[in-house]
Amino acid sequence: MNDQLEYMTGQVAKGTMTRREFVGRAAALGVTAAVANTMLANNAQAASHGTPIRGGSIKIGSSGGESTNTLDPALTASSVPLDNLRHLYESLVEVSAEGDIIPRMAESFEASADAKTWAFKIRKGIQFHNGKDMTPDDVLKTMQRHSDENSKSGALGIMRGIENMKIDGDNLIVELGVGNADLPYLMADYHLMIQPGGGMDNPGAGIGTGPYTLEVDEPGVRHGFTRNENYWDADNRGFTDYNEVLVLNDATARTAALQSGQVQMINRVDPKVASLLNRAPNLSVQSVAGRGHYVFIAHVDTAPFDNNDLRLALKYAINREEMVDKILRGYGSVGNDMPINAAYPLFDETIEQREFSIEKAREHYAKSGHDGSPIVLRVADGAFAGAVDAASLFLETAKAAGIPLEIKREPNDGYWSEVWNKQPFCASYWGGRPVQDQMYSTAYLSTADWNDTRWKRPEFDAMLLEARAELDDGKRKAIYSKMGTMLRDEGGLILPMFNDFVDGVANNVGGWSADPNAELMNNKAPIKCWIKDA
Amino acid sequence: MHPILKLIAQRLALGLLLLLAASVLIFAGTSILPGDVAQSILGQSATPEALANLRRELGLNDPAVTRYFAWLGGVLQGDLGTALTNGRDIAESLGGRLKNTLFLAFWAAAISVPLAIFLGLLAVRYKDRWPDKLISAVTLTTISIPEFMIGYVLIYWVAIKWRMFPSVSIINESMTLGAKLNAIAIPVMVLTLVVLAHMMRMTRAAILNVMQSAYIETAELKGLGMLKIIRKHAFPNAIAPIVNVVMLNLAYLVVGVVVVEVVFAYPGMGQYLVDHVSKRDVPVVQACGLIFAAVYIGLNLVADIVSILANPRLRHPK
Repeated sequence: MNDQLEYMTGQVAKGTMTRREFVGRAAALGVTAAVANTMLANNAQAASHGTPIRGGSIKIGSSGGESTNTLDPALTASSVPLDNLRHLYESLVEVSAEGDIIPRMAESFEASADAKTWAFKIRKGIQFHNGKDMTPDDVLKTMQRHSDENSKSGALGIMRGIENMKIDGDNLIVELGVGNADLPYLMADYHLMIQPGGGMDNPGAGIGTGPYTLEVDEPGVRHGFTRNENYWDADNRGFTDYNEVLVLNDATARTAALQSGQVQMINRVDPKVASLLNRAPNLSVQSVAGRGHYVFIAHVDTAPFDNNDLRLALKYAINREEMVDKILRGYGSVGNDMPINAAYPLFDETIEQREFSIEKAREHYAKSGHDGSPIVLRVADGAFAGAVDAASLFLETAKAAGIPLEIKREPNDGYWSEVWNKQPFCASYWGGRPVQDQMYSTAYLSTADWNDTRWKRPEFDAMLLEARAELDDGKRKAIYSKMGTMLRDEGGLILPMFNDFVDGVANNVGGWSADPNAELMNNKAPIKCWIKDA
Repeated sequence: MHPILKLIAQRLALGLLLLLAASVLIFAGTSILPGDVAQSILGQSATPEALANLRRELGLNDPAVTRYFAWLGGVLQGDLGTALTNGRDIAESLGGRLKNTLFLAFWAAAISVPLAIFLGLLAVRYKDRWPDKLISAVTLTTISIPEFMIGYVLIYWVAIKWRMFPSVSIINESMTLGAKLNAIAIPVMVLTLVVLAHMMRMTRAAILNVMQSAYIETAELKGLGMLKIIRKHAFPNAIAPIVNVVMLNLAYLVVGVVVVEVVFAYPGMGQYLVDHVSKRDVPVVQACGLIFAAVYIGLNLVADIVSILANPRLRHPK
């Protein structure tokens, strides 16, 4: 089938087959229209990849920006501040599109045999935007700022496993209480951007070692960046002279700006319009399967959700295919009630997919002995795009199975502080993490702050710690598989779908490549791409 | 003291009192919103200890009354404080946003107010004939369509199809006046279409009302021309209701255009306020609320005073 598709994309490129024909025939081969369109776009991009061109400017129209944003990496939590971080700062290491660790501010790193002591060798000859040399001391201070219990850093949870940090020559030594084979993935966290003096004096100054320096900073409106002529890795990043991130929170405003050529890239294309937008002549819609997932979460320690048969009834009563089809319009894949999918390293493909089954749902519901009182599901569209619609679909299929589901609509405003992680059954969204360990430790460890399903199993915790210190991939995979299956069959997580990242890119942008870590090539598109006609 | 001066002084004092009451209401409103600042700043990814730390740092543990009076004292000295969320000086960031909002409102008003009054007069002149019906039909249609819809339709044709004006109206200090006007062309069109009908209909109704009075008939019988009658006899007596509705629409152009700001990504005060409300940034919300309240009260004050001056009965009270 792959040969056939490849042959066909070639024909489209040559002009002997139209886009419409291609999508039609690809569908005959079992490929959805969304995927087929992306294949075509990728093919066109690959053909024109070529060498980077210097000059010109890229404007990014991005949602997720507010006038309350700051350039402090510790407080970064949404798309626009992330775009800003990638321009200005760099971290010790990064996660590549393939899921490997690539050294950045660290030149190399190595672990002791028990994965308890790690040494990161700090790269030399790199300067901050203010002209000062980047030293191991700056790195240490950065890590200290983020691990300070008084800090407001979003990386505080990650840093808690670290017992001690010190400088040894050119190395940053990190000592852990419990061995962790995935520590470099944690150090790639986007909060942990290296700042002069650790950013202790003025964390929002925007001074880093990144490929661009700060030119304009108007939170909630725009952020402008000029190329850092001193950049150490100029062969691979920072091709344009000037980049600008425009805050366009309205989905229609974003697509209009891309269509009229005022911006070259936009994030979060509404799946409802993605295939229409893809027909526009001067741009393409790029989608990549990620680790983010749309979920309904139940507290397993609260009645009636403390009954596993009831949980299973709910899990069987959800029509995953329909949701991917109607909510994500094909830009996504079905979930299996565990937060891990094939985008993660060490994923076990053999775990059986849970299928939609009214009979099984009815069977488990009867077994649960639920008294028939309404089961209240709280939703708001702020939980994830289309959450209210998804809940309605769930309601219909649950009704068919005789489950008395009831939807309570909550306001978007205050949803994350008043409903999520407080109410026993609600809709939510998880962005995913680069590795399984981090995903499980963030939300499924007994002691995790965000254990939003109240999943507290000592045997699960033990397996997690065992896998963490295990350096043998085969053994780790087996443990993760067991954990995933356990969560799938007993957990409070109902996971109908994983969403794709859907971006829009103008055709004059070169160097685009898929990156499943986050939208817009892990927010690095503006620093890695170039303008072909610059 | 002249009775008019006294009346105006009374109005001003009432306005200030109203403003104070509004500030209390705004503060109470922001206090009872669900969720708290720390949670909203740190978002979904907040850990309990980070929350507790931030809450302490922001002084959220003080009683509300203490915080209110501390803030009010600052405002009276011209200090609006700093934003809780990003530590910026509120007066400074707000100043730029307010300027943008007034810039957009000014140009929308400069086009829509004369146009509305002109169309209103035209409708009176051709009452119940096709120009009157056409004007009413068109303006009533545009006021009935939600403003974001008009915005999208104009973006589609003007920005994407014809490429005449940009769909993103982000302006900044370094732009020339021409560039700024080019950037805000489409939002000005939208706002004009939205406010036109209200003012036009009121102009038409007010003048028609006067035109049916006996003294207009007398003027006609004396042989005065239609235009002169409208200008000298009808318009002065119709000014009060027209000014009232014009002021209401000006106030709307300043405080009510958040949807238009979002659609065109215009850096005005509406979006600024909404961002800070969702982050529970009380000082900023209060500052914005106070400015909005001041604009509303101020413009209504102007409308009142103009009506007083235009009305001989109020100008010369017995």
